[in-house]
Amino acid sequence: MSFESAAQNIVFGLFVGGIYGIAAVGLALAFGVMNVLNIAHGELLMIGGYISFWLFSLWGIDPFVSLIICIPAMFVIGWVLDRLVYRHVARLTGETKIKNSLLISFGMVLILQNLALRLFTADERTIQVSYGGAGFNVFGVSLPYTRLLSLLIALIAILALHFFLQRTDPGKAIRATAEDWEAAELSGISVQRVYMMTFALSAALAGVAGALVSVTASVTPSIGLDWTLKALIVVVLAGTGSISGAFPAGLLLGLVEALSGIFIDASYRELVGLVIFLLVLLLRPQGLFGSQGA
Amino acid sequence: MLHIENLAVAYGDVQALWDVSLDVQANEIVVLIGPNGAGKTTLMRAIAGLHRPQSGHITFEGTALHQLSAHQIVEQGIILVPEGRRLFGSMTVLENLELGAYTRRAKQQRDKTLQHVFEIFPLLADRRHDRASAMSGGQQQMLAMGRAFMGLPRLLMLDEPSLGLAPLIVRHIFEVVKTINEQGVTMLLVEQNARKALELAHRAYIIEQGRIVGTGRGFDLLHNDEVREAYLGHVPATARAT
Repeated sequence: MSFESAAQNIVFGLFVGGIYGIAAVGLALAFGVMNVLNIAHGELLMIGGYISFWLFSLWGIDPFVSLIICIPAMFVIGWVLDRLVYRHVARLTGETKIKNSLLISFGMVLILQNLALRLFTADERTIQVSYGGAGFNVFGVSLPYTRLLSLLIALIAILALHFFLQRTDPGKAIRATAEDWEAAELSGISVQRVYMMTFALSAALAGVAGALVSVTASVTPSIGLDWTLKALIVVVLAGTGSISGAFPAGLLLGLVEALSGIFIDASYRELVGLVIFLLVLLLRPQGLFGSQGA
Repeated sequence: MLHIENLAVAYGDVQALWDVSLDVQANEIVVLIGPNGAGKTTLMRAIAGLHRPQSGHITFEGTALHQLSAHQIVEQGIILVPEGRRLFGSMTVLENLELGAYTRRAKQQRDKTLQHVFEIFPLLADRRHDRASAMSGGQQQMLAMGRAFMGLPRLLMLDEPSLGLAPLIVRHIFEVVKTINEQGVTMLLVEQNARKALELAHRAYIIEQGRIVGTGRGFDLLHNDEVREAYLGHVPATARAT
């Protein structure tokens, strides 16, 4: 393999990794704050992808521009799903909570998938923007605009989330609830509202990821589980509950997948992620960026 | 001010409180004493809205508390400093204090209250940018009390504030309790150090096995033989003779 194609592989690995990161951060947020492992996170991403796709194909709205519709729409969908479903899971404790959060979110996977199949058919959808093939070329490595923009958007979303959690009062309430929900409630914080906001934010982040997937890859009703799996690998890599670690861990997974394509064989890409997943769980269960406390 | 009538609380099939009735008047310091596992903590948590009562009533100035959730009870001005302090360890001292003033009522006066808390605990002002978990036990207790104070309490409940602290710090904590009370905050206190607590208290209730078994003025209980024997480590003269 030539130097250029190796470099190209790595660059694309990082681009994909950025989307892994943004997909994972929403999952990490819901898991870290509510202790709910939402298997249907990938389905939320899929819905975000469809919103972006339809806005483009019906009204020709650029997918990067339509984020200003997609994000609030997904926020509302997350809000509603919390009220209808996830709130009742978050209230449980201990083993029941773990079991029920898996069962119920798996049920949501089936519901959302079949709903999408009904509404949008199984056709593979992808957005072909006018500047689709264009990009920079640096030393023979092509950097398409769509990919660069995607990475930029992912980065902005992560920084915005970080700012929100660190600097604003509702953000601090979310962190406080993640640390000790009872102490948060005793400080006058409505934990139920925090959960609602957290889940809505998690869905909004899935929406961002979905929009980026609709431009750089494709959307079908069944893409959800793959993305949940990737997000889960990244969350474990980052350290469960580490929200700030999810994005770098996503980039790392993208990079490792690319390297495995170069040094082993492209067909082992998917396997490499799972092997890392198991190794991290065995050797460093607190994750690469996780500390035991946070 | 706080009125509890025939309160019963159970966890699963374990009965923690039976038919507890208790009153706290405005500006009082009331102490709950009793052996470990008697239900003191459960009683405070029930008042704070963390346990649903099976039966009975808790009212605060006419408002029924047992129908509110815990954060709504905080909004009423009833604030619990839980056992073990329960700070947000990864957050700074200042963030912990800010979170204490999360209710609408408290947020409006947040900056003013913050200055007040820094006057009571000057140490918190010096360490405002440190992580809460990096502080010593005594400092953490001060922060926990400061955080509660940020919520503008009218009834402040302290669960074992002196647990595991050095005598000098315990004395300081008790002085602060007195100061806060003199500023018009009613106090309900659970305390292992029964002697110190009774010295401070206007009134006290004795809880054993989930029931109130005695009540009286702090001073009277301090000189009551049964109480002295059971909680103050005092051996009565008659027992000593044999």
